[in-house]
Amino acid sequence: MSNPLNPDNLDPRNKKQRIDELAAGSGGTATLTVDDAGHIEESTGVSLIASAWRRLRRNPVFLLGAGITLLFVLLAIFAPLIAPHDPTKGLLLDKVRPQSNPVPGPEAGFPLGADTSGRDVLSRLIVGSRQTLIVGVFATLFGLAGGMSLGVLAGAFSGWVDSLVMRIVDVMLSIPSLLLAVSIAALASRPSQWTVIIAIATVQVPIFARLLRGSMLAQRSSDHVLAARALGVKRSAIVFRHMLPNSLGPVIVQATLVIAGAIIDAAALSFLGLGNPDDRQPEWGQMLGKAQNNIFDNPALAIWPALCIIVVALGFTLMGESLREALDPKSRR
Amino acid sequence: MTETIENTRTRGHSEEPLLSVRDLTVTFTRQGEKPFVAVDGVSFDVRPGQTVGLVGESGCGKSVTSLAIMGLLPQRGVRVEGEVLYGGTNLLTQSKEQMRDRRGRDLGMIFQDPLSSLNPVVPIGVQVTEVLERHKGLSRKAATPLAREMLDKVGIPDPNRRLKDYPHQLSGGMRQRALIAMALACAPKVLIADEPTTALDVTIQAQILALLKELVEDSGTALVMITHDLGVVAGLVDRINVLYAGRIVERGDRHPLFAQPRHPYTHGLLSSIPRLDGERGTKLTPIPGSVSDNLPWANACAFAPRCSQPIDVCVEKTPEFVEDGPRALRCHNPVEVSR
Ligand SMILES: Nc1ncnc2c1ncn2[C@@H]1O[C@H](COP(=O)(O)OP(=O)(O)OP(=O)(O)O)[C@@H](O)[C@H]1O
Ligand code: SF4
Ligand SMILES: [Mg+2]
Repeated sequence: MSNPLNPDNLDPRNKKQRIDELAAGSGGTATLTVDDAGHIEESTGVSLIASAWRRLRRNPVFLLGAGITLLFVLLAIFAPLIAPHDPTKGLLLDKVRPQSNPVPGPEAGFPLGADTSGRDVLSRLIVGSRQTLIVGVFATLFGLAGGMSLGVLAGAFSGWVDSLVMRIVDVMLSIPSLLLAVSIAALASRPSQWTVIIAIATVQVPIFARLLRGSMLAQRSSDHVLAARALGVKRSAIVFRHMLPNSLGPVIVQATLVIAGAIIDAAALSFLGLGNPDDRQPEWGQMLGKAQNNIFDNPALAIWPALCIIVVALGFTLMGESLREALDPKSRR
Repeated sequence: MTETIENTRTRGHSEEPLLSVRDLTVTFTRQGEKPFVAVDGVSFDVRPGQTVGLVGESGCGKSVTSLAIMGLLPQRGVRVEGEVLYGGTNLLTQSKEQMRDRRGRDLGMIFQDPLSSLNPVVPIGVQVTEVLERHKGLSRKAATPLAREMLDKVGIPDPNRRLKDYPHQLSGGMRQRALIAMALACAPKVLIADEPTTALDVTIQAQILALLKELVEDSGTALVMITHDLGVVAGLVDRINVLYAGRIVERGDRHPLFAQPRHPYTHGLLSSIPRLDGERGTKLTPIPGSVSDNLPWANACAFAPRCSQPIDVCVEKTPEFVEDGPRALRCHNPVEVSR
C-alpha cells in the first residue's frame, strides 16, 4: 500500500517501468465488462467514471482514505478555530526547566503538553496541517502542470521533440527523487515553504510527463483518433479534444498518490532544515526535526508530528490506490 | 499494366472514374524484420454513384488499401507506391496539409467498430459539428442545426436530444449512424466503408446497409465497400474486387460474378455462404486452411495450398491478371463455367 512511485525504494529502471504500466492501463478506450449480475455493460469515458464511482462508494479502503483526507482538509481549513491555543505563544514557558524538565508534559488544557518553547503541541499540530497540505497540494499542482506540458509536447509530436523531451525526463528520473529535491532546495539562498514546493514539484515533473506521454501514445493509435483523422480534424483538436481528455485517467490517479509522497518529501526537507526556518509557522517536518534534540527523554514530541505525517500520507495513498483499482479495467470483476 | 488501364478506362460506362487506384503497393518495412507486402499492385476504379466492393478474408489487405487511399497509414515504416488518382490528382504525392483538407471533405471513411471509433468523452453533437466547423468554416452555433439535420437524415430519432448524448448512451446501430453522419456531413464524393456492419447484429446490419445504399444513391456518392462477407454486400455493390493476399484475384460486375465465379477462391467464398435460392440440403463448404498457408506470390499462386483444383504450374509460375471486358481473373486453372 505504499506509494508505488515513492522513488527511494526503487531503482530508476523500475520506476520507468512502473510509470509505463500505469500509462498502459489507462481508461478511455472501450471495454466490455460483465458485472456481477452477469449482464454485459459497455463502458467508456463517462460511464467508466460512473461505474468507477459506484464501485468506489462501496469500497471500505476508499472510504477510509477519503475520510482521513477529508478530516485533515477540514482541520487545515478551520485550524485557527479548532486550535485551543495560539501555536506561537509560549504559554507554558514558565514550566520549562532547561535542565530538569525541558518539555512540559500534558496538563489541563494542554492534552499533549508543550514543546521546549512552552508552546501547545496540539495547537501546533493542528495549525501545522495547513503548511503540510499547502505544500503537498501545490507541489503536486506545479508538478502536474510542468509534467503535463512536457507530456503533451512529447505525446503530440512524434520524432525529435518526443525524443528530446523524453531524454530530459529520463535523466531526471534517474536521479533519486529525494536527492534531487534536496539539491534543488539547497540551491535557494533563503529557504521557505516555496523552495520546498518548487523542489518537490520538480521531482514530480518527469513522473507526470512520462505517464501522460505514455497514455497519449496509446490514444494516438486508438480507433477514435484514427476516425477523427479520417475526418480531417486539425492536429491541435486531435491533441486537445481527442487525445488529452482520454489520457487523463492515470494522471489523476497518480496525482492523488503523489500528494502523499509530496507530503512525506516536504517533511523530510523541513526535517533536514531545508524548509521554512521560521518556527512561528508550525510545520510537521520542522517539529519533527526540532524534536530530535530530546528524542530519548521525550519521544512524544517526535511521535505526534510523525504520526500525523504517516496518517495523512496513508489517507491519500489509500484513496489513490482504490481510485486506480476502480479505473483499471484489468482489476475489475 | 498500361493495357489494364486502357481497358478499364474505355469500358462501358461513359463517366470518367472519380477515384482511380493504380498499381497500389504498400510495403511495411519494420526495422529488424523483412519487408512485408500487404497490398501488391492493386488497381481499381470507382465512378461517381458507383458502389465497388473490396472483398477478402482477414489480413488480405483491405484496410491497408483504404488507409493508403485516405493517407492515414503511419508516417514511418511504410512504403506506398503506385497512384491514387482523385479527379486526376495523385493523392499519394499530396502534402499532409492538403490531405487533411481533403479528408472529411472529398473523402470520407467509416470504420468497423462504431463504439471505439467515437470519442468517449465528447458528445455526439460536438463530434458532428467538429467536421462542419473544420471544413465549412462554420461556428459551432451555425453548425449545430446542420448537425441535427444530418442526424435526422441518417435516421437517428430525436436528434435534438441525441446531440447532447455521449457515445455510450447510444445503441450500436445508432453509433454507426452517427459515424455515417460525421463522414457524410460535408458531402464527400467518395465514401470508404471498412466493414461497417461487422460489429453489429444481423438486423441492424441490414438497416445500416439500406441506409448507406439510400444515402449514396441520393447524393451520387461513390462508395467503396470493404467486407469479408460477400453475402453482406450482395444487394449493395455494382462491382466486386476479390482480394487475396494483397492482390486482386477476380473482378466483375455483381451479377455475373455471383452467378459464375471463375476463381476457386471466389467460388469457395460463395459456397461458404448460405443462399436463399439454393437447393435445400446443399452443403456449405468452408475454404480449408488459413492465410498462414499462403505461398509468396513470386513464382506461385498464393492460394495454391488451399485451392480445390491446383495444377502443377500453380506452384511454379505467378498467375497473371487477365482482363476480359468487365471481368478479370488471376488463375491458371479457373472454375469451369457451368450451364
Ligand atoms: N501497421 C502495420 N505494420 C505491419 N503490418 C501491418 C500493419 N497494418 C497491417 N499490417 C499487415 O497487413 C496485412 C493486411 O492487413 P489489413 O488490416 O489490411 O487486413 P484486412 O484485410 O483489413 O483484414 P481484416 O478483415 O482483419 O480487417 C496484415 O497481414 C497485417 O498484419
Ligand atoms: S492459380 Fe492454381 S492454385 Fe491458384 S487459384 Fe488458380 S487453380 Fe488454384
Ligand atoms: Mg480490416
